[in-house]
Amino acid sequence: MNLETLAEALGLKCKCCWEKLKTTEVKGGYAGDLLSDVMANSNAGDIWVTRQVHQNIVAVASLKGHAGIVIVQGASPDKDTLDRAGREGIPIMVTDMSKFEVVGKIYQLLSEA
Amino acid sequence: MSDEDFIKSLEGVYHIQGRDFVDAGIVSSEVKKSLQGKGIPESIIRRVAVITFEAEINIISYAQQGTIQLFIEPDAVIIEANDIGPGIADIDLALQEGYSTADDSIRELGFGAGMGLNNIKKFSDVFELTSDVGQGTHLKSIVKLSG
Repeated sequence: MNLETLAEALGLKCKCCWEKLKTTEVKGGYAGDLLSDVMANSNAGDIWVTRQVHQNIVAVASLKGHAGIVIVQGASPDKDTLDRAGREGIPIMVTDMSKFEVVGKIYQLLSEA
Repeated sequence: MSDEDFIKSLEGVYHIQGRDFVDAGIVSSEVKKSLQGKGIPESIIRRVAVITFEAEINIISYAQQGTIQLFIEPDAVIIEANDIGPGIADIDLALQEGYSTADDSIRELGFGAGMGLNNIKKFSDVFELTSDVGQGTHLKSIVKLSG
């Protein structure tokens, strides 16, 4: 499933790199706020769901080759985070939904795809 | 391998400043880029990226400053991280999953969960950690290309 389809289905608001949504394939997902956990256990092509907003999340997503980051609970990414995401080409989306709700919906969408 | 061969295999030396969380991940990103395009399998690059990231975060979190050296040998990638800092008094304890001396400012960023050294060990084929308390910590991680 491409990231644009997923973002539209969930009503996610794109804060960075919307031009990449159409061409980015989502292969799976991972949820977590501990960066070492995400580094060790997520995979390339995952959509990463987190409540963290600081710029180190872009470093992790870039190193792991994630499809993009979804920031939950109505939190806003720092300006530095968006600047770095722009430089590294990492899509960042936000939602008011909880992590539990977003993960459930993404899981269902990917299972049906 | 002779000393000369070893020096020849040095691919890069990266300096890291303690407490500089803004630049966290930049060295790992450089290391990943320098491995790409050299015929090294993607699975190996991903493991080296995790090891380098955790080593980088440890230096930033706990040391005054440090360096990461990257060596590419015919059969392995070697990461060496050396820092000037407080060192680790009890390495076995530091290697226990979940053990951490991180303060709140580190934990708020999503670091300091006591997983970093374990991640390095898990993703390495050879893992060596030594420390001189009050002086610094030395890490050597080998990822075999055949792994």
